[in-house]
Amino acid sequence: MSIMIDKNTKVITQGITGATGLFHAQGARDYGTQMVGGVTPGKGGTTIDGFPVFDTVKEAIEKTGATASVIYVPPPFAADSIMEAVDAGIELVCCITEGIPVLDMVKVKHFMQGKKSRLVGPNCPGVITPGECKIGIMPGYIHKAGKVGVVSRSGTLTYEAVWQLTCLGLGQSTCVGIGGDPVNGTNHLDVLRMFEEDPNTDAVIMIGEIGGSSEEEGAYFVKEYMTKPVAAYIAGITAPPGKRMGHAGAIISGGKGTATEKVAILQECGISVAASPAEMAQALLKIYKP
Amino acid sequence: MNIHEYQAKAILRQFGVPVPDGHVCYNSASAREWAKRLGDGPWVVKAQIHAGGRGKGGGVKLARTPDEVRNVSREMLGMILRTHQTGPEGKLVTRVLVENSCNIARELYVSLVVDRATSKVAVMASTEGGMDIEEVAASTPEKIFTETIDPLVGLTSFQCRNIAFNLGLTGKVAAKAVSLLQGLYKTFIACDCSMLEINPLVATVEESLICLDAKFGFDDNAVFRHPKLSDMRDYDEEDPNEIEASQHDLSYVSLTGNIGCLVNGAGLAMATMDIIKHYSGDPANFLDVGGGATIERVTEAFKLILSDKNVKGILVNIFGGIMKCDVIATGVIEAAKQVSLQVPLVVRLEGTNVEIGKKMLAESGLNIVAADGMADAAQKIVQAVKGANQ
Repeated sequence: MSIMIDKNTKVITQGITGATGLFHAQGARDYGTQMVGGVTPGKGGTTIDGFPVFDTVKEAIEKTGATASVIYVPPPFAADSIMEAVDAGIELVCCITEGIPVLDMVKVKHFMQGKKSRLVGPNCPGVITPGECKIGIMPGYIHKAGKVGVVSRSGTLTYEAVWQLTCLGLGQSTCVGIGGDPVNGTNHLDVLRMFEEDPNTDAVIMIGEIGGSSEEEGAYFVKEYMTKPVAAYIAGITAPPGKRMGHAGAIISGGKGTATEKVAILQECGISVAASPAEMAQALLKIYKP
Repeated sequence: MNIHEYQAKAILRQFGVPVPDGHVCYNSASAREWAKRLGDGPWVVKAQIHAGGRGKGGGVKLARTPDEVRNVSREMLGMILRTHQTGPEGKLVTRVLVENSCNIARELYVSLVVDRATSKVAVMASTEGGMDIEEVAASTPEKIFTETIDPLVGLTSFQCRNIAFNLGLTGKVAAKAVSLLQGLYKTFIACDCSMLEINPLVATVEESLICLDAKFGFDDNAVFRHPKLSDMRDYDEEDPNEIEASQHDLSYVSLTGNIGCLVNGAGLAMATMDIIKHYSGDPANFLDVGGGATIERVTEAFKLILSDKNVKGILVNIFGGIMKCDVIATGVIEAAKQVSLQVPLVVRLEGTNVEIGKKMLAESGLNIVAADGMADAAQKIVQAVKGANQ
């Protein structure tokens, strides 16, 4: 068991004929993921490196039985690609694309209301269930199958946490990168709820950063409902206010969303917060005996 | 991206949002001429810099005659204006806005933002115009009124009326508030704003509403849709290193410390700053080289870090992932040679081919200290910089 994806997940790549899309589709296939094809409008009926290419997501689902889609479409067109996938009724949409205008995402979120699809991202590394299915750009080999769930707004910082766990012999159930944008499909709370319900997840590391309140909402859920131990790290203690720190969503505005404030709330909610990014796995081991 | 007040007001004027008549001037003679053309006075002369709090620093002055406009402008142009937002170094004033004054009855506040919690645009209004809205939110949150906007329907008239009545506006002025607020929303959407703030919005003695100041924040991700807005960018108002970085697709923010950081990934870059601080060091910058740490990008990043004279050491922290560590090591070695590096350099590599990468660094003949893990790397660079200072 795991959350969102497993060995039965069939994945299509939107933007498969682009260099990035193809590269990561091949990487995911090499990892063992069922990569069943891709979509590039106008190139339907062709194949690329063995992947069948379709004109629309709807057709791709009909022909391949795909249950998840991963998007590598450039920013000006990515919001439309998300809506196409959602409209086709696919279960999971992972949008890797960085740089989508925020008002496009406001429309996407509105479009998604009442639809059954789950969106992860945009501006995220993707989702991986180690040993079963990899959707996205994360390096597969740093992961190890196991029982710790990981949820994070940052890509490389997730790799850092995963690597610390793997080096200590602690495998992961599923790792979810929710992305660094201010308006996104899935937040910490959504993923924590899934981990709580997943029988194969025993503990969770959640990684956050300055800006917004996704971590705080997750923390209140942990306090009220979660039975599994949760450790955390919040990046940006040294970040100055009013400056965007790489991610569009990583900004302290109006004095809100500081790392110090988030850490205090997480600690109040019983989460073991790592004092430094080098101690994420240790912070978990303080409250979790595998 | 930010723009000047006079540019913000020009945009609002295009969308039919009422702003005072005024003109930007680069010298005092033209300020005097424009004052005469604008009307009978009195006029307000406002220094144009990208920072708030100008009034307290002497950057906003009332003038009653065209000669006075000239004299005030002469004093302002060329001065270094210091406000709580500019820092102690202040900002050079090179242009002033001369505009007609108005008879203020009440000062209000209104802003539009993308509300992350609802994933929608929200209008916020307050009776406490001219104040720092963060203080109002903290001390008297009941004085802030919010309406969340349905992206399909837009800002409705009834929502505007709700705001107007909450602000205590009545009759003709309330009706004017509806069209003003809808004009602001139209502007916000058309320009792909992330924030649009009118502080203060003024109700005049003559029962009109007018935007006395305007501040735009544009969504950097949407700038490609607005080539005309990019022309408004004033490079003199920005940190030269940050401009240089953006030209090389590097994400860079300058800080005040002495340890330069070169990292891949925004989260890891922030975490690297934090761990330097954790070991009692002081980061000089945030720098994300992105996914593809090529020789060119790493070289440009090194040059950028070293152009900051405070930098006494550099920490490179790369989690290779898909990139192979030997490729990154080649990049770091080449870059270090090209910039003839003089300060201590600690490199932490992790990922595919990490052993080959470390061996390459050790055999490069350069003064590079290899580190195992983030904690080790941070301790080593903090130590090296302290040693250099003694």
